[in-house]
Amino acid sequence: MAAVGERMDRMAGMEEVAGRSLWQAAWGRLLANRAAVVSLFVLGIIAVMALLAPWLSPHPYDEVYWERIQAPPDFANFHWFGTDGNGRDLFVRTLYGARVSLMVGILATGVSLLIGVSYGAIAGYVGGRTDSIMMRIVDIMYSLPFMFFVILLMVLFGRNIFLIFIALGAVEWLTMARIVRGQTLSIKHKEYIEAAHAAGVSNRVIVFRHIVPNVLGPVIVYVTLTVPQVILTESFISFLGLGVQEPLTSWGVLISEGAKQMESAPWMLIFPATFLAITLFCFNFIGDGLRDALDPKDR
Amino acid sequence: MFSYTFRRLLVAIPTMFVIVTVAFFMIRMAPGGPFDLERALPPEIEKNVLRAYNLDQPLWKQYVDYVGGVVQGDFGPSYKYRDFTVAELIGSGFPASFQLGFTAIVIALVFGVGFGSFAALRQNSGLDHAVMAVSMTGIAIPNFVMAPLLTLVFGVYLSLLPVAGWGDGALINKILPITALALPQLAYIARLTRGSMVETLNANFVRTARAKGLRERIVIVRHTLKGAMLPVVSYLGPATAQILTGSVVIETIFDIPGIGRYFVQGALNRDYTLVLGVMITLATLIIVLNLIVDLVYGLLDPKVRYD
Repeated sequence: MAAVGERMDRMAGMEEVAGRSLWQAAWGRLLANRAAVVSLFVLGIIAVMALLAPWLSPHPYDEVYWERIQAPPDFANFHWFGTDGNGRDLFVRTLYGARVSLMVGILATGVSLLIGVSYGAIAGYVGGRTDSIMMRIVDIMYSLPFMFFVILLMVLFGRNIFLIFIALGAVEWLTMARIVRGQTLSIKHKEYIEAAHAAGVSNRVIVFRHIVPNVLGPVIVYVTLTVPQVILTESFISFLGLGVQEPLTSWGVLISEGAKQMESAPWMLIFPATFLAITLFCFNFIGDGLRDALDPKDR
Repeated sequence: MFSYTFRRLLVAIPTMFVIVTVAFFMIRMAPGGPFDLERALPPEIEKNVLRAYNLDQPLWKQYVDYVGGVVQGDFGPSYKYRDFTVAELIGSGFPASFQLGFTAIVIALVFGVGFGSFAALRQNSGLDHAVMAVSMTGIAIPNFVMAPLLTLVFGVYLSLLPVAGWGDGALINKILPITALALPQLAYIARLTRGSMVETLNANFVRTARAKGLRERIVIVRHTLKGAMLPVVSYLGPATAQILTGSVVIETIFDIPGIGRYFVQGALNRDYTLVLGVMITLATLIIVLNLIVDLVYGLLDPKVRYD
């Protein structure tokens, strides 16, 4: 008996260690993925450039140069990316736009991840009437016009950049919840879940310890798709006059302004669009790397 | 499965009711009205206009009237497009939006699943990255840039295709808008397929299928792909509903008489009945498509059961 007890203790101890090392192991495996490491590095550079924007260019982001309106890239005057339709330096504006866009992208996606994953996992796991009601609520929210939701938030709380995060996160979690629920429906009858049940593990722990980690694959992939979508939706809200306010800007706003001048001033489109595209590819490779690193079957 | 479908269709009625109710009051809470102009109307004219559309009634009365109308298939008159009822506007615009959206989603599905599986089977190789990079252009270049770019290249420089217009639904007019609609969807589907395939390729049932000595093609198509489609199908439900109700960007740029523009224009003009009408169309599609998605889960994965 004593030996059994001792072994049980040892097993309990082992479980602790294994639980902690899941993320350490994943991190180690992520660092072994070259595409992911390069992407992390590039994304880091963009973030640092965005933070250091005021010191990287001699031009303030809101200074209007009347003599150089819509000027092409020009190294003599330090307009590396040219100027926009109001004669403001595009390089520094692209970096300021990065601040808003990266923040909106990451925070709104974070909100949608948190709500979507817990909502979907609970609905799928509990099933039956709870699932039915929770998913009908999702159907309802899908159908409501997003724009009125944004307008109402603005009316109730005034114009506020954090509201954009909330509004976008509150819309983007719906598809996430449906994807997670679909996966949960599939894995909830698997042997390890039944084993956890038989061992008397509580429902809460089953959902967050056994189900959520096993649906992370599609979740991570969808997260990497949500980030660009949020960044672009922000430009639509700003276009309605509800998002970032002039003279502040974001990539979405810069790109939609550039798209209008595509033929006469292509640099106004190319530079912010390139930044967005690079960021997006970085998120994708990091996402793929994370997915591989977290997959226990794929070693 | 039959009784499950039947119950879901029954639940659709109260769901629809909640959607109409919430949306009705939400839209009314937004500031502004359909007849607000730069310069205010003289009070007596404004009063007459409001009375003509029953907007002078108390809100609850308007709500009861509206729901009563909807139940009988009457969506009311549009406030902005005078002389047209909402039903007429949607009836005339929906076919165009539906044709474009449906073709686009089918194309996106075929190529997206194709590219995604191709990449997954060559995980982390150069070809994998190349194929995914190509399919990601649909997201990397947003549609409000892609659409003018396509018209510029194929319409203006190469003069191969018409720049815009519907041309009574001629195929040649549909190529560019369908491409612009399909590209982002293709990117989403390709990425979801790849991620899910990579995971499924390591699953025990795939190993079993290989161990049984099945031909590789059958292992991939019948076992792996089928198992990997779950997240794609989840995504497809709402995505299809949204694409079928039109895209304001694509319809504006290509000048297509669809219903996508009505949603945004209606919202900006506070054309209450028009917004609600488009919304009811969208809601119906979402409810039906999500029901189909849930039924397809059961076909793809025998572990999914509904009681």
